[in-house]
Amino acid sequence: MIDDIPGLRRILATSKVIAVVGLSADWFRPSNFAAKYLIEHGYTVVPVNPRYDVILGQRCYKSLRDVPVKVDIVDCFRKTEDIMPIAEDAIAIGAKVLWQQLGVRNVEAAKRAEAAGLEAVMDRCVKIEHGRLFGGLNWAGVDTKVVSAKRPKYIAN
Amino acid sequence: MPDRQFGFETLALHAGQIPDASTGARAAPIYQTTSFVFDSAEHAASLFNLQTFGNVYSRISNPTVAVLEERVAALEGGRAALATATGQAAEATAIMTLLEGGDHVVSAATLYGGTHTLLGVNLKRFGIEASFVDPDEPDNFRRALTKKTKLLFAETLGNPSINVADIERIGAIAKDAGVPFVVDNTVPSPYLCRPLAHGADIVVHSATKYIGGHGTTMGGVIVESGKFPWGNGKFPGMTTPSPGYHGVIFHETFGDFGYIMRCRMETMRTFGPSLSPFNAWLLLQGLETLPLRMERHCANALAVAKFLQGHSQVAWVNYPGLPGNKYYELTRKYLPKGASGLLSFGIKGGARAGERFIEAATFMSHLANIGDAKTLVIHPASTTHRQMSEEDQAKAGVLPEMVRISVGIETLDDILWDIDQALHAAAKA
Repeated sequence: MIDDIPGLRRILATSKVIAVVGLSADWFRPSNFAAKYLIEHGYTVVPVNPRYDVILGQRCYKSLRDVPVKVDIVDCFRKTEDIMPIAEDAIAIGAKVLWQQLGVRNVEAAKRAEAAGLEAVMDRCVKIEHGRLFGGLNWAGVDTKVVSAKRPKYIAN
Repeated sequence: MPDRQFGFETLALHAGQIPDASTGARAAPIYQTTSFVFDSAEHAASLFNLQTFGNVYSRISNPTVAVLEERVAALEGGRAALATATGQAAEATAIMTLLEGGDHVVSAATLYGGTHTLLGVNLKRFGIEASFVDPDEPDNFRRALTKKTKLLFAETLGNPSINVADIERIGAIAKDAGVPFVVDNTVPSPYLCRPLAHGADIVVHSATKYIGGHGTTMGGVIVESGKFPWGNGKFPGMTTPSPGYHGVIFHETFGDFGYIMRCRMETMRTFGPSLSPFNAWLLLQGLETLPLRMERHCANALAVAKFLQGHSQVAWVNYPGLPGNKYYELTRKYLPKGASGLLSFGIKGGARAGERFIEAATFMSHLANIGDAKTLVIHPASTTHRQMSEEDQAKAGVLPEMVRISVGIETLDDILWDIDQALHAAAKA
């Protein structure tokens, strides 16, 4: 399980394509907030949700297995009990990271993904972690736990 | 490998700030600006919708103020913080964000006067009722609960009576009632006590006192633990679309820092008690040395308390760090590193002697603040509580002979010398 600052920072810095499973088209839902943020911060977001055709201007797919591009992170906005099949799909399409959102903690699915060579993150929001480790979340007064005397290579925006 | 858990002294210097990305500046820059440019109309829309992190207007957030917020959150072991213009503003913001007309607060009766007035007079005008209870018996909080109770309130170390709240027991009562326990931790500072670790849900500070320490700057801070179950049905303002911020559901959207976001985006944004960037920067300068100062404040205060105990002109001494004090056991539990610099004593000769003691002081400053690096003295009966009858003073815990000292970090022998010569002068006159 990746849970430390260097590990999370490496995943977010080296990934480009994030499939968001369970992304909502409603602008005020947390998944929509997160996906919009990720697009604005340079990621390619691939929505996965059988209820929609297009979300945030991106073509939406019914299942992970329908996604025609190479996916780095599978970001799961689904209930804990629904994660195992998503983990199987993530393995099948050759994704690199199975990322379970804040409040989602399916340990078995994470272990299954790791056994297949993926990295696993649990119970964390991809947007909050990006803001925490690349700047932005600190402006909201949140304790980021980041301690460093190195000049950062990124400019928060 | 798990991330290192840094110690208090390290966090006091580093939490909340890394070198500036564009200049490499090591110290926190002062972003003395009212406003921040938008990159595009789309960026502006994302910021206003809270879909991206960023600064819009310094009434709501500011990068220098944010360093102070994050640092205090880290030092208190909390999830997030909001800084305010004063400690009073922190308390008002913390309470007004959660409560509305018809709601009820149960508070310790032993409070700083300004807080007592806020709860008992000002908020009452808006329909928020408060019951004040003797905190020495924590069950008094339970007995005062009503269906409308939304919050419990106490000071870790009460000012000016210098009593210690049993945070765990009061926190357990709040937990049973499904309401947050708000603790004013101004007098101990997070170095001596971290109430969130003992079951408090929200901590408020007057940063004007020990956090700054230099007596130059007003400020306040609210810290949330990130652990309160806002979805328990008692706080629809946290779990339903906010009419004050175009439909955002604060608890769902921001999770364990949803309360601080709501304090910021609803209360701070509309009522406006923001901390200035320059004042945040001054408070940060003080905060860096908080651990060293608090150690010396505590050591000096204990030595002063012992000195006063043995002095022929002194009738009684109230310092919770003294063996035999009513709160000594609670002090050992909640304040194991020391009981702060605050103490009071009774001078023989009553109110007149108290006034003469203050006037005879050489470098001990006669003023109304506490928590300065300098030693401060006040005689409440002739100053802050002067308008009250002797009977009302007694109810407020202010005896005619009571002198309050906020013991500073001057040379200990000099502090003892000044107290001794002032006591003799008071006795002679």
